[in-house]
Amino acid sequence: MAQKRTIDAHGIYYKQLNEQIREAVRDGVEEIELLNVRGQRYIGNSIDKPVHFTIHGVPGQDLAMFMRGASIRVEGNAQDGVGNTMDDGEIQINGMSGDVLGYAMRGGRILVKQDVGYRVGIHMKSYLDKIPVIVAGGKAGDFLGEYMAGGAIILLGMDSTMDESAPITGRSLGTGMHAGVIYIRGDVPEYQLGAGLHFEPIDEEDLAFIRSHVTDWAEAFGKDVEEVMKGEFKKVKPFSHRPYGNMYVGTN
Amino acid sequence: MKAPNDFWHFDKDISGCGVFGVIDKKKKLIPGTMPIDAMCTMHDRGNGLGGGFAAYGIYPDHADLYAFHLMCDDQAGLDRAEEVIKQYFDIQISEPIPTRKVLSIKESPLMWRFFLSPKEKRPQWQDVGEDDYVVNIVMHINNRIPGAFVFSSGKNMGAFKGVGFPEDIADFFKLDEYSAYMWTGHNRFPTNTPGWWGGAHPFTLLDWAIVHNGEISSYGINRRYLCQHDYECNMMTDTEVVAYLLDLLIRKHGLSHEMASKVFAPPFWDEIERMPKDEREAYEALRMVYGPAMLNGPFAILVTDSKSMMGLNDRVKLRPLVIGEKDDMVFMSSEESSIREVCPELDRVWAPKAGEPVIVKVED
Repeated sequence: MAQKRTIDAHGIYYKQLNEQIREAVRDGVEEIELLNVRGQRYIGNSIDKPVHFTIHGVPGQDLAMFMRGASIRVEGNAQDGVGNTMDDGEIQINGMSGDVLGYAMRGGRILVKQDVGYRVGIHMKSYLDKIPVIVAGGKAGDFLGEYMAGGAIILLGMDSTMDESAPITGRSLGTGMHAGVIYIRGDVPEYQLGAGLHFEPIDEEDLAFIRSHVTDWAEAFGKDVEEVMKGEFKKVKPFSHRPYGNMYVGTN
Repeated sequence: MKAPNDFWHFDKDISGCGVFGVIDKKKKLIPGTMPIDAMCTMHDRGNGLGGGFAAYGIYPDHADLYAFHLMCDDQAGLDRAEEVIKQYFDIQISEPIPTRKVLSIKESPLMWRFFLSPKEKRPQWQDVGEDDYVVNIVMHINNRIPGAFVFSSGKNMGAFKGVGFPEDIADFFKLDEYSAYMWTGHNRFPTNTPGWWGGAHPFTLLDWAIVHNGEISSYGINRRYLCQHDYECNMMTDTEVVAYLLDLLIRKHGLSHEMASKVFAPPFWDEIERMPKDEREAYEALRMVYGPAMLNGPFAILVTDSKSMMGLNDRVKLRPLVIGEKDDMVFMSSEESSIREVCPELDRVWAPKAGEPVIVKVED
């Protein structure tokens, strides 16, 4: 039984490619290498075995959607919808990613070397030991962590394809968040925050949490963790346990 | 093929389409196979109900003539259109647009092209500029002549579009045999309006062409505004308004591409309030004067004329757009994978910010 299987995705339609991947997983393959990937959708979708994928090329929409326990390393950029409702496992993107990364993510971790797009980490949630984490080394677009209900986003603003002058995050940061935490390294104007939110200083516990994840991020992409930790971090958290509890129906 | 009489039932179109564009700044010719291959990569962004391409620099032997592409219900429709064209233009060449039989395209309108020069002695509209003269005739044919549509009217460029996946439409129009210094392509996923030949992208007027992924929710107000400026919408697809707005804002009113993009996707009022005085007043003026030209709703558009390509997102970026650069070529696409398919090694890849135009001009 082969422990490793290489699939050349050149010219293969996404359905056939995913069939080949599933067959490999069923055969007990532990390591799958995909070559010449060009926008095939749903790679790693719902895989619930501890398989490791290495992807060369640009994977298509909804990479690792509903993934439960596999790990994926993308050598290049990813498109939109990475880790959609992902449950467990890890994704590393050695480049940048598109919009809605980590949408409704409920567990596992996504490490991105550079920028992430718009609406990243929206609707993230957590329960007991299921705490999803996103670490992005570059900058982010608008609506980062919108409606966030759990988990953590760590944005470093360091390795970016954008202009120096571009803000680390866009507007409506954390709008409507009611649990979870967003850590940002560097300065972001207060007006970028969603209504009612404020930047708060971090404490020792936060710092230890950030360091634990940034250490892995730095190792994944050949960066210096101490350099990252030299920067100043701030955090954004919801302003009460149930900030919108009285929004539609008064409860007291 | 003609818009039904109760066209107001079809007020707008919601789509999840795919767009691709490539421009060579030094005007080196790019074979049609490149945009076709790129669009194939994004096959699943459409549903087979619309595909199309715009190509610039394809008629170098007739570069000073207006190239009219017509789609007609039948010979009678073409004859009626030709009667009108004859009154206003000298017809230099009249010929079918070359097509080939394609298995997946069972029915198609009659496709014809004319290469035209405006009559020296105009029967009407003597006092307007030549561009306006041509626009008036295109509007006249598209709105008053049954069974015929002019879907391309620029010089040394052409639009090719219809019902099918883009690769099928390209096959149908033999686009693999054309070369152009600039191409855009579109894969359509119509949900609110019929997938009909005239409703496919690109939408064009003179040498403007536009392809669009998204939905122009402000179609109603944009359309009424255009109507007051003698542009009549008749294609039953929201994107049509963008083509005419570009012609109005940039060609007629003399706005720059940057300013037009700020009309389409203006900064929010709270952003305007934080600007320095001069900038603030300029943006306030733009929003007040051109409020009805603002495009509301999600969009990623590629706008082309003979000298430039512009990519633009709506101001909250509800649709994807990626830019790739390689030497003198710039690519704009819904998906990076489509760019990598045709140019694996890129000098730079980036995603523009919401509402910030990316403008690439050809070098003179």
